Amino acid sequence: MAYAAGVDVGSTQTKAVIIDEARRIVARSLTMTGANVVRAAEESYQEALAAGDLREEEVEYVVGTGYGRYKVTFGNTQVTEISCHGRGAVHMFPATRTVVDMGGQDTKAIRVAATGEIVDFCMNDKCAAGTGRFLGAAASALDIPLADLGATALRGERAVKISTTCTVFAESEVLSWLGRGKKIEDILLGVHQSIAGRSAGLLRRVGIEDEVTFTGGVARNVAMIDALQASLGHRVNVSEESHYMGALGAALFALDHILAARAPVRADA
Amino acid sequence: MADVSDATIVGRGNKDGARLFREWFEGLGAAAAAGRGAAYVFVMGSLAELLRVFDLPIVFPEINSLQTAVRRVAHEYLNEAEDYGYSPDVCGYVKADVATQLRGGDLPMGRIPKPGIAVYTNACNTYIKWAEIWERMYHIPTFTLDIPGTRAAGTQTWPGDSDFANDRRYVEAQLHELIPLLERVSGVGFDVDRLRESMEQANLMSRHWKRVLELNRSRPSVFNALTDGTIYLGVANGFRGLPQGAAYFADLVEEMEYKSAHGIGTITDERYRLIFVGVPCYPIFRRFSEMFTELGGTFVTSTYLRFASGGASRGFEYDTRRPLESLAQGVLISVRDAMDNMFYQTGILLEMVDQFQADGIVYHPIKSCRTVSTGLADSRRALMRQRDVPSLYIESDMMDRRVVSEAQLKNRIDAFFEGLASRERQAAGRQA
Repeated sequence: MAYAAGVDVGSTQTKAVIIDEARRIVARSLTMTGANVVRAAEESYQEALAAGDLREEEVEYVVGTGYGRYKVTFGNTQVTEISCHGRGAVHMFPATRTVVDMGGQDTKAIRVAATGEIVDFCMNDKCAAGTGRFLGAAASALDIPLADLGATALRGERAVKISTTCTVFAESEVLSWLGRGKKIEDILLGVHQSIAGRSAGLLRRVGIEDEVTFTGGVARNVAMIDALQASLGHRVNVSEESHYMGALGAALFALDHILAARAPVRADA
Repeated sequence: MADVSDATIVGRGNKDGARLFREWFEGLGAAAAAGRGAAYVFVMGSLAELLRVFDLPIVFPEINSLQTAVRRVAHEYLNEAEDYGYSPDVCGYVKADVATQLRGGDLPMGRIPKPGIAVYTNACNTYIKWAEIWERMYHIPTFTLDIPGTRAAGTQTWPGDSDFANDRRYVEAQLHELIPLLERVSGVGFDVDRLRESMEQANLMSRHWKRVLELNRSRPSVFNALTDGTIYLGVANGFRGLPQGAAYFADLVEEMEYKSAHGIGTITDERYRLIFVGVPCYPIFRRFSEMFTELGGTFVTSTYLRFASGGASRGFEYDTRRPLESLAQGVLISVRDAMDNMFYQTGILLEMVDQFQADGIVYHPIKSCRTVSTGLADSRRALMRQRDVPSLYIESDMMDRRVVSEAQLKNRIDAFFEGLASRERQAAGRQA
């Protein structure tokens, strides 16, 4: 049995996924990226190997992805996270035609063909508003753990309109609403709607086509799923593996390499 | 071509271009030292053919500014202009020129003369405000040649059309107003035979330039439209109307025909033929191109080679029996062509895709220039609706490295090539 691995070195977290030849996930890991990107990639990979009770030599091919993909020094090749999220999403939900990936520092809107080919993509460029970092700023201002944000926001009834377009200023806007007596739940609901609105704008730039699959770390946030669906007017697919979708896509590309190397050479080739 | 070989001819255009560029700036340096006033002009509708008649040194501030970026000192000029009061949102070319003027004309390539007159069209709205800066700084005359836009919804009108004839007369009347002004500023009388002579040279250049562009339909392509092409554009603008310019392009045709006949391309493995839309990223000029060539992509043509070539790309040739009428015709066609390149690109690009057998289009809007960047996203969408051509949309700047993020560009470029490769595999799979 051959195994293939994908290591997604993101701006905030590093994810590693190992799959078998049947494209089943056999191990995964999640670590904080920190300042030493090379070490983060190695640690994440080693953790995944340990979780799967696998030895390095059992993994035939490793693909690095994410902004630190060129720092996956043990990897065989690199593929951008744009292609990897597209690939992972189509693998999990074959009818996917549009992917929204919300990560720590960037949000991507990706349109894919039925074949998994990337048709078009669009990302936030100069500003992190509309990304996970925006949620982080709100969580910090309200002193709420990130993991509790979604559930808290869902208790909101009258969303506060967050008007700022800047992640840094969002924090002061949140505090000013608190000062004016608004409920934390309503403020957070407004924060989620603001991010969802920005992501919907990106998606419209590439063209929204059913089905829409939501990937990335922020896809674990239930309030964001709700806000995104409301903003798009579309149901979105969310996988249990959404956080690992980039690494999964990378592992699928790695498996392609393994299988292609095994393919018999045609006589006329 | 009996005595030519790879060693003597391949790369000659780039070397000769660099030499001409140095000579041009030596000439400008001499004019500055002599205290002569120059004609300040722009690449879209420079009227170089006419200005030569009055022995005016010609300064292209856009070319000077981009050179500061290529030579990696643009930020010093931009900062100086911003300290002087210009907003970060103002065109980077303008700000680098303002700093150049504040430095008494000093540039990395040498010192340029002060303006004695500014002559420009309305091809770019910034041209007009830019000239007003010189007017205020030096109290010089400025002349705006008003070019009426086409009224045929995205298609040009041509000689023979009544609208075109009216517009041509309107432009020609303005040229008649410009001539006495040029006589007064230069102290040189108008000589129609000298005008004919420079128009003849411009005709030769246009003929050769058109041929050079066509020769890049060869596979592999014989020059990189982004990097090599920019050198050629410099000569096309700086030497328009001069025998050296015409001779340079005759030699360039020879070089490109040689390369085409011998299958000599620009990169080892030309996998993807690309079209570039917009203005280059000069702060990381070489690196920007390498991010494509490293992955087997080369630019075979660009809209830049059309709208910034002083009207030479269409191959329009003057009728020197009717010099002023024909000059008006030429400037009308070239400036409109430049404006149409910005506002009605879809048809032009689809034509390029077919002619150059392009695999993809790269759109490069820039922060500094809203004129060329506004609408590019819509233009791209319109093109995608008409044709299934892969395209990439990346933003940076032509001057300001503060808004050029190489890591972000690289990520998008890599993803674009992954898409091209995937498309290639699937096409191969369908054929198998």
